[in-house]
Amino acid sequence: MADDAPLAPVIADEGPAREAIVAAIVDNEPGVLARIVGLVSARGYNIESLTVAETDVERHTSRITLVTRGTEAKIEQIKAQLARLVPVRRVIDVSLEQDALERELALIKVVNSGEQRVESMRLAEIFRARALDTTHTSFVFEITGARAKINAFIELMRPLGLKEVSRTGVLSIRRGTGTD
Amino acid sequence: MSVAPAPAEAPSLASPAQRTGAELLLDALEEQGVEVIFGYPGGAVLPIYDALFSRDSIRHILVRHEQGAAHAAEGYARSTGKVGVLLVTSGPGATNAVTGLTDALLDSVPIVCITGQVPRKLIGTDAFQECDTVGITRSCTKHNYLVTAAERIPGIVHEAFHIARNGRPGPIVIDIPKDVQFERAEYVPRAQAKVRDCVPATRISITQIEQAVELMRQARKPVLYTGGGIVNSGPQASAALRTLARETGFPVTSTLMGLGAFPASDPQWLGMLGMHGSFEANNAMHDCDLMVCIGARFDDRVTGRLDAFSPNSRKIHIDIDPSSINKNVPVDLAIVADAGAALEALVAQWRARAQAAPCDRARIELWRRQIETWRARKSFSYAPCDRRIKPQYAVERLYALTRGKDVYITTEVGQHQMWAAQHFHFEEPNRWMTSGGLGTMGYGLPAAIGVQTAFPDALVIDIAGDASVQMTMQEMSTAVQHDLPIKVFILNNAYLGMVRQWQELLHGGRYSHSYSASLPDFVKLAEAYGCVGLRAEKPEELDAKIEEMLAVNRPVIFDCVVTQEENVFPMIPSGAAHNEMLFGDAEARRHEVSAKGKVLV
Repeated sequence: MADDAPLAPVIADEGPAREAIVAAIVDNEPGVLARIVGLVSARGYNIESLTVAETDVERHTSRITLVTRGTEAKIEQIKAQLARLVPVRRVIDVSLEQDALERELALIKVVNSGEQRVESMRLAEIFRARALDTTHTSFVFEITGARAKINAFIELMRPLGLKEVSRTGVLSIRRGTGTD
Repeated sequence: MSVAPAPAEAPSLASPAQRTGAELLLDALEEQGVEVIFGYPGGAVLPIYDALFSRDSIRHILVRHEQGAAHAAEGYARSTGKVGVLLVTSGPGATNAVTGLTDALLDSVPIVCITGQVPRKLIGTDAFQECDTVGITRSCTKHNYLVTAAERIPGIVHEAFHIARNGRPGPIVIDIPKDVQFERAEYVPRAQAKVRDCVPATRISITQIEQAVELMRQARKPVLYTGGGIVNSGPQASAALRTLARETGFPVTSTLMGLGAFPASDPQWLGMLGMHGSFEANNAMHDCDLMVCIGARFDDRVTGRLDAFSPNSRKIHIDIDPSSINKNVPVDLAIVADAGAALEALVAQWRARAQAAPCDRARIELWRRQIETWRARKSFSYAPCDRRIKPQYAVERLYALTRGKDVYITTEVGQHQMWAAQHFHFEEPNRWMTSGGLGTMGYGLPAAIGVQTAFPDALVIDIAGDASVQMTMQEMSTAVQHDLPIKVFILNNAYLGMVRQWQELLHGGRYSHSYSASLPDFVKLAEAYGCVGLRAEKPEELDAKIEEMLAVNRPVIFDCVVTQEENVFPMIPSGAAHNEMLFGDAEARRHEVSAKGKVLV
């Protein structure tokens, strides 16, 4: 929901909006993704990215990681609403966890020449991005990292002929021996 | 297929213990204690109806429209505390049930809806009477299932009932393809079925109960704000609320959904709160220093303008659903628990503390006196009329003449619903069935059928409006067929009354399409249905006609012709705060609803 929506009902959720990475461990059954996406859209929250795949074949569970934005109150509400769904076993606020790792992969196409081409190659090295495909006038870089790092790389590529971006969405896992 | 003897099916590989999906479904329903199903047959549920044909243990009530089945199941569930069940066919059967399912979701009513589906092979081919039932009902159910194999039916039914009745209750859909109803598999008893929880039940934190009681002991201006969660929790929750109120001396108000949990005759009762609630209830909510919310959810009809909602109070919120907490109103102490369990814990802790150091009742004496001055305003009063029947007067007389009877009230939605809530008084829970959250016109008549099915000897009255009642009027035929002597008491003002009231207050009195032209003659309509029709037009004949209605042991349509332009007061206009109530037409005309308020519903 846009923050400037006119005359929305007054909800006492002042405070700055933050980006939240929320992971849900769900039973891998038909319709579970539709349930989550439907809930989030029906209640007017934004999904900035979403990843889902079966992650535990034995227990038949999937991990869904979604990135959303909102005030603290709104994010708490999203988490509570998600936890209410029957196939959802657990909800983890990755962005609040001290020991959470997050990674995303992006493919980034730049079309440029001359000095810009050299500069984009140099920046790619700094960011440890790999050139997957090269022509005389273009690169496709592969980069992995935290969401913020990828955002930064994209911003740097923008004046250097950025043409297209494809991202996987955020994955998350706990550090150390603990599991979700 | 229906009368095929067992040997004819011998070539199948099924072992003798295996039964068809349709039989498995009924076995599971039976084990769950289902006594009655509200339903409507159709192509995709024929095998289930065939299995039902030879079962006497489950009664089937044939409705006239699937929406009626859903509301009847709701009425049954809300009056008995059990899970209501409906059975409808695929496609239009399922889509017609959607309104009732959504209604049950918003009012937290436990119902299970069995829908037929086209055979598995045809799913996704736009087959005859196919619709994406699980897709359509995903957002209007607590959970739903598409059953892909007969062996899964028993487990799914057991889980469905578990989810419907546990935690915050709600509607469940089980969509069963027709070929699965024929497929054979073995039964799984309830005790062996694996069920998942929606939200795992949590132990009540004793620390939080101690904190709550501490806040309650310090309060000088407390109020208990109760809701439908107490009714849903069961009679022991209402009993615990009464004990808590008596021992603390705190005044009690309730949402529309919670009426009856606390007796209306009790001196501590403030009446309903909210948009059309009492002056004393709304002022108590606004001025209190401690609000104890139990089983209610700070709905917009209750809070009015949020930024002016009870500005000086600490708030305790007890709710079984964690997502209700801090959703609309931030609270100081949140307790996720069943209302009954929490109330009992509060009573125990209050007593323990009182034993050590009795709480001084004088602390709240000033508050009590303040409330009495508000109460003296008699905010539900209206200008009497001796030529025409006032709708409020009609409800008052209905209440007076049914006192002491075993009475259940359902309503439709609109002005008559608010007058019923204001002027009919309830002493016990589960006696008041109304569509609160969704506001479904047409709820009351089928809901009354559901209640009467559960309590054949009780007096079940649908307090209705002339517009609402026509939305599900065809269910009179159901009542006649099944000998359900419901009484439909229509407050007939020939308007869509609440729409007209809002048009008067907000749209310059331009009554755009809110006049009920060409109303049927309700008395003749009753006769056409084969039930009894009565009409009252003058105040002096009202009592006798009501007595006549009560004396009939058949369904009755009572056409109570009331004054046309009566408005529901008091009223908190949209976008206003609790202490800005309007009391009558003159004041309402002077009041200007803000542009912001106009946008709100």
